[in-house]
Amino acid sequence: MTPLIDVDWWALGPGLALSGGAMLLMLLEFVPAGRNSSRGALVALASLLAAAACVWRVHEVKRALFDGMFVHDTFTVFFTLLFCGIAALSVLLSWDYVKRMRINQAEYYALLLAATLGMIVMSASNDLITIFLGLELMSLALYVLVGFRRSRLESNEAAMKYFLLGAFASGFLLYGIALLYGATGTTHLERMAAFLAGSPLLSNPLLLMGGLLVLVGLGFKVAAVPFHMWTPDAYEGAPTTVTGYMSAGAKAAGFAALLRLALVALPDLQASWKPVLIAIAALTMTVGNVTALLQTNLKRMLAYSSIAHAGYVLVAVVAGGNEGAAAAVFYLAIYSLMNLGAFGIVALLGRDQDEPVLLSDLAGLGFKNPALAFALTIFMLSLGGIPPTAGFMGKFYVFRAAVQAGQIPLVIVGVLNSVVSIFYYLRVTVALYMEEPAGEPTAVSRSIPAVIGVVVSLALTLWWGLQAHALLEQAQRSVLGLM
Amino acid sequence: MMLLLFAVFAITLVGCSLMVVLHRNPVTSALFLVVAFCALAGLYLLLQAEFLAMVQVIVYAGAIMVLFLFVIMYLNLKRDVEDGLQFALRRGAGWLLGILLLGTAALFLSRGWAPGATTEASPPPIGNSAAELTSILLLVGIVGAVVIGRGRAKPPGSEEPAP
Repeated sequence: MTPLIDVDWWALGPGLALSGGAMLLMLLEFVPAGRNSSRGALVALASLLAAAACVWRVHEVKRALFDGMFVHDTFTVFFTLLFCGIAALSVLLSWDYVKRMRINQAEYYALLLAATLGMIVMSASNDLITIFLGLELMSLALYVLVGFRRSRLESNEAAMKYFLLGAFASGFLLYGIALLYGATGTTHLERMAAFLAGSPLLSNPLLLMGGLLVLVGLGFKVAAVPFHMWTPDAYEGAPTTVTGYMSAGAKAAGFAALLRLALVALPDLQASWKPVLIAIAALTMTVGNVTALLQTNLKRMLAYSSIAHAGYVLVAVVAGGNEGAAAAVFYLAIYSLMNLGAFGIVALLGRDQDEPVLLSDLAGLGFKNPALAFALTIFMLSLGGIPPTAGFMGKFYVFRAAVQAGQIPLVIVGVLNSVVSIFYYLRVTVALYMEEPAGEPTAVSRSIPAVIGVVVSLALTLWWGLQAHALLEQAQRSVLGLM
Repeated sequence: MMLLLFAVFAITLVGCSLMVVLHRNPVTSALFLVVAFCALAGLYLLLQAEFLAMVQVIVYAGAIMVLFLFVIMYLNLKRDVEDGLQFALRRGAGWLLGILLLGTAALFLSRGWAPGATTEASPPPIGNSAAELTSILLLVGIVGAVVIGRGRAKPPGSEEPAP
């Protein structure tokens, strides 16, 4: 008799660890804990570590799980480790933030773990159905996390907007999946590619429409223009640590699914999706950067900057091939890190429940708190792509891949945009060092776990800026699984 | 061995089923029903219908029994002995249905309609991870609804209401 479930348990480990951790967190609620208990954060960290350890143990093997619905390959491993890292950093940054905001509930960490599981599922999916389920799992948890500060009007508004538009986008995605299924007779990515290879149906309107609608659904999650309307409001209203988490994780997960879909299932459709992606990439970079120039609110500015960064990743996706995909993965890892660091610092600002997030609130911090100002400056330089930082290496490889693929006009748009972006990133630095505070300078929380989180991001941002090839090699290895 | 197991499961099943009908306390009856369901699952296992056995436990002993218990607890539990005209009618209907069931079973058995050589009874090994994922998705939905919809009276550690 064959065993009822025949799978590689180690490859399945992250899913088990994260869902187990989430359930354990909720069960632990039966044992009362004080309002300043760190139990939730500890359990969350432990299950993230367990998940990463499981996937690391089998990082060299390739497996098809559950009848090919999931695939465990180098791509899955890279993204699983990335998501676990993002979530672990977010837990560190949230540690004292949630206590300060009085939202220190077990559900916060449980939902964080569930969202991470959704992201991992998205990156490991080899089937449109499971991509959709992973995306919903991630989104559902994020909707609630965005609205977690229930007594705050902005938080409720943000959650509502994100939820309504997100549900709408899910509808598009599902409709697209249905059309793709109708056109090819399968939802399995590899079987879809086999069906399309040399098929005369490549200009079938059903197929093109399906692909386009799926693109809309994923474009929403990565906040690409013109599906970005929710981003500034959701990012501003959400608890800052959640903003950091979703700006890094949700974007990376959306791109993981997009890369797998574009390169595994629809490579024969390139001629059709490339022009669309080129237009979206150019628009995304331009709208993101230009709008960011006008912001006076730090969180909104970072929201628009994250839109712009989605555009840079899209440039790498358009470049395609091994190099392009590797550059996209490489950029996503770097972007996640520096963005988390920047939001982590924003989360450190303020006393009690108020959150100073205006640019003018930063005035004078450069002298009052030099370490924090230095870290924020490095993150801003990195986001702007200035040399000794990781952000520069990321942009460099993205644009190099695009030039090699012959996308010269897109690269020109990208470089011009990078120049524009430096202006608003430097404005933060100017506020830090060259402006006089209007009143009392902003208070800074001294949370040890959050400081550890920021220092880790800072160290890696600088390290990858100097020694990028280790990470680049990993990124190149990871996309071999797709080819 | 098989015969012994069959005897154990069958006797448990018949005994518990009788207790379900004969016991006076509805909650106890419901709990006997759970045991009966589990014994039935054991019989399925003996017939090598593992999937059916699992579903029997999950769906009947798990989900449907919870529903039963909910209904019983919503109803008034104080009157656990019933009589009167309505009860007599119900009892009559019960006898009627029981006789009908026995008659049908006898008909099937006498015609030799018992399934012969069964084909592959179990579905392929459970490869449908979509179901497990959906369960986690639903769980997150429930947790989210609780977090968002929690009443104004808040436990310590949660945020204070806005002024």
